[in-house]
Amino acid sequence: MNYVTGLILLLVSSAIVNNVVLSQFLGLCPFLGVSKRVETAAGMGGAVIFVITIASFVSSVIYKYVLAPTGFQYMQTIVFILVIAALVQFVEMFLKKSIPSLYKSLGVYLPLITTNCAVLGTAINNVTNNYDILESVINGFGVAVGFTIAIVIMAGIREKIEYNDIPETFKGSAIVLITAGLMAMAFLGFSGVI
Amino acid sequence: MNKNIERLYNGLWKENPTFVLMLGMCPTLAVTTSAINGIGMGLSTTVVLVLSNMMISALRNIIPDRVRMPAFIVVVASFVTIVQFLMQGFTPSLYASLGIYIPLIVVNCIILGRAESYASKNPVIPSMFDGIGMGLGFTVGLTLIGVVREILGNGSAFGVNIPALNDYHITLFGLAPGAFIVLGFLVAIMNVVRRKMEAAGKPLPAVQGCLSGDCSSCGLSSSCTGKSLVHNTPEEIPVDPKDVAKPQPETKIEVKHTANAKNTEDVEKSGSDSSYADDDIVGKEEDK
Repeated sequence: MNYVTGLILLLVSSAIVNNVVLSQFLGLCPFLGVSKRVETAAGMGGAVIFVITIASFVSSVIYKYVLAPTGFQYMQTIVFILVIAALVQFVEMFLKKSIPSLYKSLGVYLPLITTNCAVLGTAINNVTNNYDILESVINGFGVAVGFTIAIVIMAGIREKIEYNDIPETFKGSAIVLITAGLMAMAFLGFSGVI
Repeated sequence: MNKNIERLYNGLWKENPTFVLMLGMCPTLAVTTSAINGIGMGLSTTVVLVLSNMMISALRNIIPDRVRMPAFIVVVASFVTIVQFLMQGFTPSLYASLGIYIPLIVVNCIILGRAESYASKNPVIPSMFDGIGMGLGFTVGLTLIGVVREILGNGSAFGVNIPALNDYHITLFGLAPGAFIVLGFLVAIMNVVRRKMEAAGKPLPAVQGCLSGDCSSCGLSSSCTGKSLVHNTPEEIPVDPKDVAKPQPETKIEVKHTANAKNTEDVEKSGSDSSYADDDIVGKEEDK
């Protein structure tokens, strides 16, 4: 029972309390680049949930059953980034062939994620924190859900910002970053929850 | 020799990765809680950048073009691993405070970007100076942002307490929101500088990386087919005079265009509105 409670706490902590974008600064590129429309942002969020959850699982299986027994732990960075890049390609091909409807909604976003530091960061964090495989998957899922929450809220705000009269100097990414700062301030309020 | 000094000047000033090109924003936001952290991150990135630039430049005629990106990634990741273990051994406290961001140097746009756009086309020595220039430019950028955040957030600079500020610091600036806000104001200041320079007839190089919303400058862009989210059609990719001067390899351009065309179709087929193209490129608005 304690284990299950731990998993739930882990999920809440990785999704909200330690939000991947707003407190860890990972995955900023898609957060700033793909947050102009809510639908696009939600699509990106869906693809990130899909990829990070699978990548967490695969990387922690590889770490536990390949790298750790052979004493190659120090290769983790190299192995993880190659595994993630290959995985994204593979997932893309698999979806295209087997689940075309899912591919239609997530396909364009998938390759964008290969370079996303949130995926590699989550895989490395799982290992650093000594999570077992189930914990890694839960943590990966939580991180991705946190990313989706942040990017969808951001896209909603940006759709409104477009109609506002902002000083010329702050137009573009300046106002977006300051908005992100205010959102981060709001998320800071969760820091005492767990 | 002149070319090497020009490379240093280019990285430190003309195309400063932090202030002008706005590359590598993840570590910029994350580690600039203090000036010392900024220096540490900047220098470790510099070491990786110099070594990987030299290695990639030395191997540039051996690596086949098709497997260029995976090869670059393996080279960069190896050097990052070496730097990581050196830091763990010799500067444990810095290693602890930089944490996850050290292995994440692998995915820093600056490193793969320089490998792709400079080191893979130039001899070893200029590539080394390019790495030193860009790396030091990044270090200076991180240190300056770190000093500002440390003074505002902690009332100290380089770890030295400033007595006059004891009662007047805003802890928020040392935390996550402060990072976003400081960077937002930095972008705003750079917008003003950009406009002034343009009026004076000396426009700055365009913003690259995340903040431009333009993937084409990213080192992995040739393998990334998601660009159509930002640029719906290949025609709309703004042509940078700098890029024309330095023509890209033929194959890469082909890959880009087919990828873009394919994805444009995908987007249209999926029936979602094709309004992505209407979006202005963030940070380039002031250039118009």
